[in-house]
Amino acid sequence: MSVAAIESGESPGRRALRRFAQHKLAMFGLVIVVIFVAAAALAPWIAPFDPLETSWSRLRQPPSWAHPFGTDENGRDVLSRVLHGARASMMAGVIAVGGAVVIGVPIGLLAGLGGKWMDMVISRVADAMLSIPFLILAIALAAFLGPALENAMLAIAISASPIFVRLARGMALDARNTDWVEAARAMGNPPWRIGLVHVLPNILPPLLVQATLAIAEAIIAEASLSFLGLGQQPPNPSWGSMLNSAQRFIESAPWLAIFPGLAIFLVVLAFNLVGDGLRDALDPRSQKR
Amino acid sequence: MNALDVEGLCIDFHTERGTLRAVDRLSFSVAPGRTLAIVGESGCGKSATALAILGLLAENAETSGRISLAGQALTPQAQRAARGRELAMIFQEPMTSLNPAFTAGEQVAEALRLHEGLNPRDAMQRAIAMLERVRIPEAARRAKQYPHQLSGGMRQRVMIAIALACKPKLLIADEPTTALDVTVQAQILALLDELKRETGTAVVLITHDLGVVRDHADEVVVMYAGRVAERAPTAQLFNQPEHPYTIGLLGAAPRLDSRRARLASIEGTVPDLRNPPPGCRFAPRCPFALAACEALPALAELAPGHWVACHRAPLDAVIAA
Repeated sequence: MSVAAIESGESPGRRALRRFAQHKLAMFGLVIVVIFVAAAALAPWIAPFDPLETSWSRLRQPPSWAHPFGTDENGRDVLSRVLHGARASMMAGVIAVGGAVVIGVPIGLLAGLGGKWMDMVISRVADAMLSIPFLILAIALAAFLGPALENAMLAIAISASPIFVRLARGMALDARNTDWVEAARAMGNPPWRIGLVHVLPNILPPLLVQATLAIAEAIIAEASLSFLGLGQQPPNPSWGSMLNSAQRFIESAPWLAIFPGLAIFLVVLAFNLVGDGLRDALDPRSQKR
Repeated sequence: MNALDVEGLCIDFHTERGTLRAVDRLSFSVAPGRTLAIVGESGCGKSATALAILGLLAENAETSGRISLAGQALTPQAQRAARGRELAMIFQEPMTSLNPAFTAGEQVAEALRLHEGLNPRDAMQRAIAMLERVRIPEAARRAKQYPHQLSGGMRQRVMIAIALACKPKLLIADEPTTALDVTVQAQILALLDELKRETGTAVVLITHDLGVVRDHADEVVVMYAGRVAERAPTAQLFNQPEHPYTIGLLGAAPRLDSRRARLASIEGTVPDLRNPPPGCRFAPRCPFALAACEALPALAELAPGHWVACHRAPLDAVIAA
C-alpha cells in the first residue's frame, strides 16, 4: 500500500480503476472489446446486408466497396455475417463465463469454508473435471446436449466452472483462518453470511481477473464448437462455422477465412489484455501508483 | 445475578498425537460492570476459555462443564443467538481483525443491522455515534475509511465500537492491547473502563500483563497449564500472593517503584499437556515443592474470595519457618 493512497483516502476500488486507466495496453484492449460489444449489440442496424440473404449473382466476390469483406459461397455479405457472428461469440463468452462463475464460485466457497468432507468431495470432482482438457470436455458435453448455441454455452460454462471452484476454494481457505473471519464469527454472522458477505468481496479481484481471461477462452471454445458444427447452427452466422465453410475455398477465396479469423484473434487478444491490466491494477502487492 | 458463571469448565483437544486437556475444571463468575482478569503464560488455556464461552472452538475441541450468561445456560444454540448481541469479543490483533473490504462505519453498522434489524441508513448513523463514543475524532469522516487507512489504536477502537454496539452483557477482551504502543494501550484500557461503567457490561480481560491487571481488574484468575492456580480480588492478589506461581509471575513483572535491579524468572518450562505431571502441575518448577505435591492440590479458600490450589498454602508460615 502506497503512502499516497493512504493519505488521499482513496478506496481500493477507485485506486484500481485509476491504475487500470493508466495501463496503456489494457486500455487498448478495452477499446477493442467495447467496439466488438457495440458491433454485436448494433449488428441488425449497422450491418449493410441481411446476413442470411443469398444471391446467385455475387458468389465469392473479393472485397469491394459494396462488400468490404467480400461475399461467401452463397453470395452472402461477409461483413454483415462477421457483425452478426459477434453476437454469438460475445454472448457465448459472457454468458458461458457468467454461468461458470455462478456455478463455480458458490461451490468453491462451500468447499473452502464448509469443512473437511465437503472440501474433499468437491475438490476431487473438480480435479477429475480439470484432468480432462477443457475443449475436449466442452465438445463431449456439447455433443451430449445436442448441437445448438445454447447447449454450447452450457457446455462451456460447465467445463470452465472447475477453474472457479478451485480459485474460490483456495482463497476461501486462506480467508477462513484470518482474524477478520474469526471476528465476523464472534460478531454473530451465520456461516452462509461469512461466505457471501465477508469472504466473497475479498476474493472478488482475482475472480474478476480470472473471469476476464476465461471469456477469451470461452470465445475460442464457442468458435471451435461452431467450427465442428456443435454450436451456432447454419445458416445463422458464427465465426467458427464461417471458418469451417471457408476451408474449402482457402486458396480461391481467402477473405472468407481471413475476416472471421481476424475477428476471433482481435477479440481474444483484447480480453487477454484487459485481464492482464486488471490483474496489475488489482494486485495489492504492486507498488506502482 | 452474575453476568457470567463458569462452572467446572473442561476443554479437551483431540489431536493426531492424542488428546490434551487445555482447561481443567475452571470456575469463575463476573458480576455486571466488573472486570475479571485471566492471567497466565501462553498455552495456559486463557484463549481457549474465551473461545469456549463464545462457542467458537475448533471442531476437534470438546468442552464440558457449565457456562451461563446472566443465569441462562449457554447451549450451542444459545451461544449462536448471543454472539455479537449479549456476548461480544475483541481480539488481540486490531491490524487484521477488521475486514479489509469494508469501511470502518460499514463494519460497525453491520453489527447493528445483523442484531437490531436496522435499515442501512439508521445503522450507519448509529455506527457513527458509536465511533464517537469510542473517541474517534471526526467520526463521520473516519467511518468512510477502510481499515488500512486507520492506525492500530484507531482500529482497536473500531473493534470496541463493533463489540459494544449492541450493548452486550459480557465483553471478552483477549489481549486487547498487546499489539499496541504503550501510550495507546493506556488510552484503550481507560476507554474500556469508562464504557464498562456506563453500560454495566461485564468484562473478562485476558492478558499476561500484570500491570494491566493491577489497574483495570477487580478480580484475577491465575491459570497455569490449564488449571486455576490462584483466584483472588486484585488488591489481595498483589498484596498477598499465595501460590508460588503467582509469586513467580509478580517477581517477573517489571515495576517502576521497585528498587530491585533484576527481574526474577521462573526456572523450567510449561509441562506438555498431553502428558502432564501427575500432581500439582507447577511442582516440577516450584521451589517449595514437597513429596505431597505429587498429589493434586484442591482449590481451597484461604480468605474470603481468595482461593489457592497449593499444598503449602498459606505460604507465610513456610517462608517464616
